[in-house]
Amino acid sequence: MFKWIHRFGSAPFVYRFAGALAPWIGFVCLAILLSGLYLGLIVAPEDYEQGESYRIIYVHVPAAILSMFVYVVMAVASAVFLIWRLKLADIVAQASAPIGASFTFLALATGSLWGKPMWGTWWIWDGRLTSELLLLFLYFGYMALRAAIEHPQSAAKAAAVLALVGVVNIPVIHYSVEWWSTLHQPATITKMGERNIHPSMGIPLGLMIVGFQLLYAYVLLIRMRTGILKRESRASWVAQLPEVNNTMANSKLSGTNRV
Amino acid sequence: MSEIQAFFHMGGYAWYVWPSFLITLVVLVANVWLSRIQFRSALLDAKRRVVAQAKKNNP
Amino acid sequence: MGIFALLSCIIRRDLAIAMRNTGQWVNPLLFFIVVVALFPLGVGPSPATLSIIAPGVIWVSALLAVLLSLGSLFETDFADGTLEQLLLSGQSLALIVLGKVLVHWFLSGLPLLLISPLLALLLALPTDAIPVLMLSLLIGTLTLSLIGAIGAGLTLGLNQAGVLLSLLVLPLSVPVLIFGSAAVTAAAADFGAGSQLAIMTGLLLFALSIGPLTTAAAVRIGVSGST
Repeated sequence: MFKWIHRFGSAPFVYRFAGALAPWIGFVCLAILLSGLYLGLIVAPEDYEQGESYRIIYVHVPAAILSMFVYVVMAVASAVFLIWRLKLADIVAQASAPIGASFTFLALATGSLWGKPMWGTWWIWDGRLTSELLLLFLYFGYMALRAAIEHPQSAAKAAAVLALVGVVNIPVIHYSVEWWSTLHQPATITKMGERNIHPSMGIPLGLMIVGFQLLYAYVLLIRMRTGILKRESRASWVAQLPEVNNTMANSKLSGTNRV
Repeated sequence: MSEIQAFFHMGGYAWYVWPSFLITLVVLVANVWLSRIQFRSALLDAKRRVVAQAKKNNP
Repeated sequence: MGIFALLSCIIRRDLAIAMRNTGQWVNPLLFFIVVVALFPLGVGPSPATLSIIAPGVIWVSALLAVLLSLGSLFETDFADGTLEQLLLSGQSLALIVLGKVLVHWFLSGLPLLLISPLLALLLALPTDAIPVLMLSLLIGTLTLSLIGAIGAGLTLGLNQAGVLLSLLVLPLSVPVLIFGSAAVTAAAADFGAGSQLAIMTGLLLFALSIGPLTTAAAVRIGVSGST
C-alpha cells in the first residue's frame, strides 16, 4: 500500500500516469457535460418564478462551486508541499491557480448576466458576488507573488504560505461580506439556492457540476505534465521518453537553425 | 413560433442566457486549449534539448 | 533570553532607530491626513454627504496609510543584513516579528488614531461617534499591522514590493474594513457599536494567533531565497 502511494512522489510515474488517465477523463467529461446541457436546456421545464432565465444556473453554480473547490485543492496541496516537501504537490498548486481564477471569472460573468434580468442591474454588491470578487483578487495575488519571486524554490514556498493564509481567511472574509450585504440591503432577492430543487432541474445541475469537476481534473493533469516536463527537463528519463526521443521527428528539428 | 425558435428565444431571456453559455464555452475551451498548447511547447523544448545533446556528442 | 527580555530588546532597538528617522512615522500620518482632506474636494463640501461617507473614508484612508508604511517593516533590516543575524540568533523568530510589528503599529497606527478626532470634525462626523472611531482604529490598525506583516514577509527583497504587497494584503483586510467602518456608522447613528467592536477584537486575537508565526515562516523563506 505504502509503496503504491510512494510512486506518486516519483515524477516519471506521475507523468506517464497522468498521460494515460487524461484522455479517459476528457472523454467522460465531454459526455457528461453534453448530457447535462441536453437535460438542462431542452428537457428541464422552465422555472415558475424566474422563467427561462434560471437556466444560467447550469453554468453559474458549477463555476462558483469549482472556484472555491480549486482554492481548497490549492491550499491542501500547498500544505502537503510545506510539510512533506513533495514537489509534486507544488506542481498541483501552481497548475490549479489559473484554472481556479478562470472559474472565478466565469462565476462573476454569469452571475452578472443572471443579475441583469433578476435584479435589473449588471452588478449588485450582493454577498456572494462580492466574495467571488475577493476570491478572484486572492487568485491574482497568488499568481503575482509566484511570478515576482525569481528563485523557484522560494517562489514555491512563499506562494504556498500565501495560499494557506488565504484559505484560513476565506471563511472570515465570506461571513463579513455576507453580514455587510444584509446590513446594506435588507430586501435581497434570493436565488435558487434557498429553495428545494426539483429532480428535473437538480439532475442536470448535478451533471454539470460533475462535468466541470472532470474538466478541472483533465486540465490539471495536462498542466501537471507540463510542469513536470519543465522542472525535470534535464533528467535522463525525459530524454528517453518515446514522445521526446523520436529520431524520425527529431531529424526535422536538427535541420533548422535555432538560437 | 416554432419549437426551435422558442428554444433560442428563451422566453425573452435570450440575451442573458445565451451569452452566459457562450462565455462558459469560451472559458472552458480556452482552459483545455491553452494547457495543451503549453504542454506541446514544453515537449518541443525537451525534444530540442535531446537533439542539441545528440549534436554535441557526435558532431 | 526570556520572552519579555527579547521582546523589549527588539522594541527598544526598533524605537531607537525610528527616533532618528522621523519620516518613517511622519509620512504615513501626512498621507492619511491628505487623503482624507481630498474627499470633500472630490464629492463636494455638503456636511450631510460628508457625515455619511466619513466612517468609510477615514477607514479606507487608514488602511492605505498602514499598507504604505508596511514596506519599511523588514526592508532596511533585510538590506543591511540585520534580519539574517536575527534569524541566526537562535531566538524565536515569531517573537522578534511580534516586537517589530508592535513598534510598527506604535509608529503608524497610533499616530493615525490620535489624529483621527480632528479628521472626524473635518468630515462632519457626529462628535458622539469619536470615541468609537478611536477605539475601532485602535483594534483595527493593530490587526492590519499583524496581517500586513505577513505580506511584508512574503514580498521581502522583491522589486516593486509595495504594489504586490497591497495586492496580497487588501483582500485579507476586508473584514477589518467592514467591521471598523460599520462600528463608526452605528455609533454615528446612535446605535450601540458593541457587537462590531467585539467582532473586531475577535479578528485581532485571530490575527495575533496566526500572524507572527506565519510572518516568521515567510521571512525565513525570503531570507533563505536571497542568499
